[in-house]
Amino acid sequence: MTTTQDIHSPQFLSGDEFSIPTFRLLKQDGSLYDGAEAPELSREQALKIYHAMVATRVLDERMMAAQRQGRLSFYMQCTGEEAAVIGATAALDDADMIMAQYREQGALVYRGFSYDEFMNQLFGNELDYGKGRQMPIHYGSRKLHYMTISSPLATQIPQAAGYAYGQKLAGEGHCTLCFFGEGAASEGDFHAALNMAAVHEVPVIFFCRNNGYAISTPSIEQFAADGVAPRAFGYRMHVIRVDGNDLLAVLSATREARRIAVEQNKPVLIEAMSYRLAAHSSSDDPSGYRSKKEEEAWREKDPILRLQHWLTEQGWWNDDEEKALQESLRREVLETMKRAEKRPPPPLDSLVSDVYADVTPALQRQLDRLKTHIRQYPESYPKGARSLDPDVKVRDDASQGGE
Amino acid sequence: MPTMNMLQAINNALDIAMAEDDKVLCFGEDVGTFGGVFRATSHLQEKYGRARCFNTPLVEQGILGFANGLAAQGSVPVAEIQFADYIFPAFDQIVNETAKFRYRSGDLFNVGGLTIRAPYGGGISGGLYHSQSPEAYFAHTPGLKIAVPRNPYQAKGLLLAAIRDPDPVLFFEPKRLYRASTGEVPEEDYQLPLGEAEVTREGTDVTVLGWGAQMEVIDRAVELAEKEGISCEVIDLRSILPWDEESVVESVLKTGRLVITHEAPLTGGFAGEIAATVQERCFLYLESPIARVTGLDTPFPLTLEKEYLPNHLKVFEAIRVSVAF
Repeated sequence: MTTTQDIHSPQFLSGDEFSIPTFRLLKQDGSLYDGAEAPELSREQALKIYHAMVATRVLDERMMAAQRQGRLSFYMQCTGEEAAVIGATAALDDADMIMAQYREQGALVYRGFSYDEFMNQLFGNELDYGKGRQMPIHYGSRKLHYMTISSPLATQIPQAAGYAYGQKLAGEGHCTLCFFGEGAASEGDFHAALNMAAVHEVPVIFFCRNNGYAISTPSIEQFAADGVAPRAFGYRMHVIRVDGNDLLAVLSATREARRIAVEQNKPVLIEAMSYRLAAHSSSDDPSGYRSKKEEEAWREKDPILRLQHWLTEQGWWNDDEEKALQESLRREVLETMKRAEKRPPPPLDSLVSDVYADVTPALQRQLDRLKTHIRQYPESYPKGARSLDPDVKVRDDASQGGE
Repeated sequence: MPTMNMLQAINNALDIAMAEDDKVLCFGEDVGTFGGVFRATSHLQEKYGRARCFNTPLVEQGILGFANGLAAQGSVPVAEIQFADYIFPAFDQIVNETAKFRYRSGDLFNVGGLTIRAPYGGGISGGLYHSQSPEAYFAHTPGLKIAVPRNPYQAKGLLLAAIRDPDPVLFFEPKRLYRASTGEVPEEDYQLPLGEAEVTREGTDVTVLGWGAQMEVIDRAVELAEKEGISCEVIDLRSILPWDEESVVESVLKTGRLVITHEAPLTGGFAGEIAATVQERCFLYLESPIARVTGLDTPFPLTLEKEYLPNHLKVFEAIRVSVAF
């Protein structure tokens, strides 16, 4: 229902009447802004968060390097956005659903997805939960309530609204948090989702990572408005803009958003202002569309260093611990990577399973025909032939080597 | 046994499914208080409450996105798209999400609980945008199931099967028959199998195959053919995906002739897929070319609808030509 007053001359509104502030608690040097109060945070959880941020950074650095060495077909880094992603995740109940876009591996790290599990997906081996069907970084985990990533942008946003509606009906006090970028927010699915969530009073948190770029397109060419946040007014939804590099602010804002979502059954939009410090993906070169100077300015706002300074101020962290953590994580990445890349690919039969709950007769015939063909040319299909049957002898696939 | 029209049978199926399982939800544009523009969801909101039967905003991609999320969560959504002509804003959600949910997650997650209902087809002076038969677009998408009922009895049994099936199902309802088709429908719960065709009439000279509203057209054509002494075997395919190759092949091996009819345009229509498979599996048994009696390769017309539609006379002619070849 619209509540409005009458006017008798054509006075237009532009939206500039609203100015959306940015919520910040933590300065880059690790001190709090005047009047700011840190959210309640135990030493244990603070260190768990920090550990997840560093573990994400280390994983990203090593795997991008592995991609450059040709060991991995593709990679995407969370670099620069660890506070936004992990701060939001840490504010949730571990059983709340997360529906992410693709750059939010930090959420999985925080929830306990092991490096082995990451590597199995990245190398698409027989232990990959996704059975080697999706490109690297398309993780999913049922036990950690993290929906499997899908490449099409924004499709997860209305799904998050639906998932959360189901959670509301189930009445167990859970919500869904949906990550997406400021570019994906231009898709129709975004608008459909926010409107439906508001109309149907759904316990969902829409978490926009505004990192400045959709591949090469700067946000100034993505929307004319002041970011994504003002759209919430159009759907009559709670909204907050937060410094995405400020772990404490993200944690605090998302906790409050969760309270609104779960206690009032109302959706909330959070716009986290951050910066994608790395390239969009391993296939991208940012030097073609942004300056080193701009990147440097954001590097100085590194969210991990900022939290590290705060932890040090609390007396919860020191240089020795930092060094030990970095070393052990780097070692673990290398070990798990070696393990994962040596593992064989999923069996040939997995080509046709899970299309339907049961393999249809027509699909079974297609698979049988394929097997007959592979038996004729086993040298040309080393991955498929390996798991076909014992009669087929294949040389080791060179691409499965590595250090 | 009560007599119902197709809408009543569909409403009855939804009622049974919602009564049986709290997780079943019905929603779409005008589905709530109003009971849908065709009244397929009449009284469901009164009976099961606004949380389980509700209107959505006017946004098909949102309806299917929302439905995918609900199904992934473990609910059993029955989403209505008001006309199949308007399903295309949701094409991405259906083709890239619904269909691939189980596969891409390695079966960690699935949207098997989802059923998408959409009235399809012409013959109601609906013109371009209230007449289309879009089944072939979706038949090209592994992971989906597609069913089309021909009468009220079939509609109830197939819809209940669709709702309970472990895979997502597109359920295309022949809206021309919503009220025109009546018949005896048991009050009790029953299911008809997905993926299985039904031989509705046995014969020896030619197999005539269709689905949905075309079955009524086929029956009229076959009546004319039988008067000329042509013995027709009639098959209702019922499921477009997966489709029952075995039943069709078995019939054509017997008759040696096949006429396929659908309302959708000829090029890229599902008849082409059936014809390709049948020639592959029945090549030496075919007595005549496989005939396709379909809409023209035009957008769906309005004033020339009668001329456009593959009616009983066109099907009858195709039968004659096939037998006389």
